[in-house]
Amino acid sequence: MPEYQNIFTQVQVRGPAEMGVRLPRADWSRDGKPRFIHLIGRIGNAQIGPVYLGFTGILSLVCGFIAIEIIGLNMWASVNWDPVEFVRQLPWLALEPPPAKYGLSFPPLADGGWWLVAGFFLTASILLWWGRMYIRARALGMGTHVAWAFAAAIWLYLVLGLIRPVMMGSWAEAVPFGIFPHLDWTAAFSIRYGNLFYNPFHMLSIVFLYGATLLFAMHGATILAVSRFGGEREIEQITDRGTASERAALFWRWTMGFNASMESIHRWAWWFAVLCPLTGGIGILLTGTAVDNWFLWGVKHGLVPEYPQVFPPATDPAALPEATR
Amino acid sequence: MNGNRKTLLPVLGSIVGLSLLVAGCEDYPPVDAEQQGFRGVAMEHVTNPRTVARLKARNQMPEPLERFEAEGDLASEVYENVQVLGDLRETEFLRLMTAITEWVSPEQGCTYCHTDNLADDNIYTKVVARRMLQMTKTINSKWDNHVGETGVTCYTCHRGHPVPEEVWHRDPGPKQARGMTASSAGQNIAADAVGVTSLPYDPFYTLLQQDNAIRVASNAALPRGDNPVDIKDTEETYGLMMHMSGSLGVNCTFCHNSRNFSAWDESRPQRTTAWHGIRLARELNNTYLEPLKPVFPEDRLGPLGDPSKVNCATCHQGVHKPLFGAQMLKDYPELNAVK
Repeated sequence: MPEYQNIFTQVQVRGPAEMGVRLPRADWSRDGKPRFIHLIGRIGNAQIGPVYLGFTGILSLVCGFIAIEIIGLNMWASVNWDPVEFVRQLPWLALEPPPAKYGLSFPPLADGGWWLVAGFFLTASILLWWGRMYIRARALGMGTHVAWAFAAAIWLYLVLGLIRPVMMGSWAEAVPFGIFPHLDWTAAFSIRYGNLFYNPFHMLSIVFLYGATLLFAMHGATILAVSRFGGEREIEQITDRGTASERAALFWRWTMGFNASMESIHRWAWWFAVLCPLTGGIGILLTGTAVDNWFLWGVKHGLVPEYPQVFPPATDPAALPEATR
Repeated sequence: MNGNRKTLLPVLGSIVGLSLLVAGCEDYPPVDAEQQGFRGVAMEHVTNPRTVARLKARNQMPEPLERFEAEGDLASEVYENVQVLGDLRETEFLRLMTAITEWVSPEQGCTYCHTDNLADDNIYTKVVARRMLQMTKTINSKWDNHVGETGVTCYTCHRGHPVPEEVWHRDPGPKQARGMTASSAGQNIAADAVGVTSLPYDPFYTLLQQDNAIRVASNAALPRGDNPVDIKDTEETYGLMMHMSGSLGVNCTFCHNSRNFSAWDESRPQRTTAWHGIRLARELNNTYLEPLKPVFPEDRLGPLGDPSKVNCATCHQGVHKPLFGAQMLKDYPELNAVK
């Protein structure tokens, strides 16, 4: 009897390749002969392909390739085309946005121009991929929930790289393309604007970030725990509540007094996940535009706790009358 | 079975690899944390006892030289061309010369700064040393808000090396492709100066030689349009702070309350000391070190043709009180007689 107490899926059902439903006449064809890979089957469906690329898919890949190429080649140029240094330093390398002096104008390529070009193609690629998500969902007669969840992430991306810089009047406010550099940017951003942890939308974003992972763990664990009763057939259990669903519901009512339904748990998960970048994006958008120092904003609105003074406070030498600077 | 053996190898490999990684690292955990602020606010001084032991061994004050009564004539009368130490008696003068040799050029000896004619100034090291004596006097007499009563001697920086090990030159960065390829804007390379981060790798020129503003956060909750500091400027400050943290062996909360880095009334008094230290470094770099540029031979200058300059690590060398606060100056009052 197969068990479900392993991190891998232990049972693989192998039939003839599933070719999918018939496509609308205007669509391109699905490409590639389907293959089965056992190891892939341990973490998902063993069948790979056929793949539908279509117009938006191909254009998205082309734009994405151009963006990555611009970013990668400029990173490589920054170590004088040295392949060893490129690999060694890769996490530190970046393509920087233009300096503040250029405002929102198009700067020389060497001075941030490439960042704008790469950003344009990356944005085009992402938006085209969104279109592909939407169109493919419609072609299958599905709802468009996945596309709208993806749109929430795109909102945060656009706030960081486009909307907020435009509102601030300078591309220099945007994030560099690079692994460590974008993390340094994040830390510097928080320090410049007086500690992002006092930004209520940042707080909400963290709530939904950790909340989403918690919900995901709770839901995944619940379904795995009742899969011996057929609990992984969630859709059927929504309309025809079986013993798996009953037990799962009872378990949560016993342990925390409330249970989501087989259907509503997915709404919980979707909204928590989607609200993470939505609230985060609002928090970023307000930073520098509406609020310049979140800590002082927090003081003003009673958000900041007072602690007893346990060491003599420092004095600002620059505030003394005889100070230079 | 076969499948198990397949997974066994990588697992064993990673265990061995991880243990090697930890064993290869001198400063392995655990660390000590000393509470410095109110409970629960994470204001802690984190130290690693292994790092401290290593630093203790490396930051020992040398045994003071035996002192003699101030006897004999004034150095200015006994020797020719004694410009800054002329007020010392002969015994004091010779004691200081001996000490300086031990501190600065123990292997090279007197001839590092002197030719056969002791009065000869045609040797650049002597000209530099004379200026350095004046610099030491300035630090000890004018900058007590940074060096306190402890003061500094030549040894604070030199530690037995003719050129202190921790100095900086302007850094043009690694060679980059030119033309239309993107400039990396003075950052985005693994840089030792800023704690192997990708932060701007030469914060010293802008902040420890030029007097650009270090403060980044606004003083008001809402934008008033009076704070033009952008993220790049902030990263420059961040880079300098990484240097300070590394060269003093402390974390941010040694000076700052990290919930509001800029607030002075929430900072520890050490921040005031550090503020004066930054101004001290600027004065030394601009008044004493940069003007020595024409004195140095070309091979002693940096890639952009500037002489060696000081930053926090030059004296501190990983310790928040150089030499763990050893009172070295009081054994060498001769240094206070520099003209």
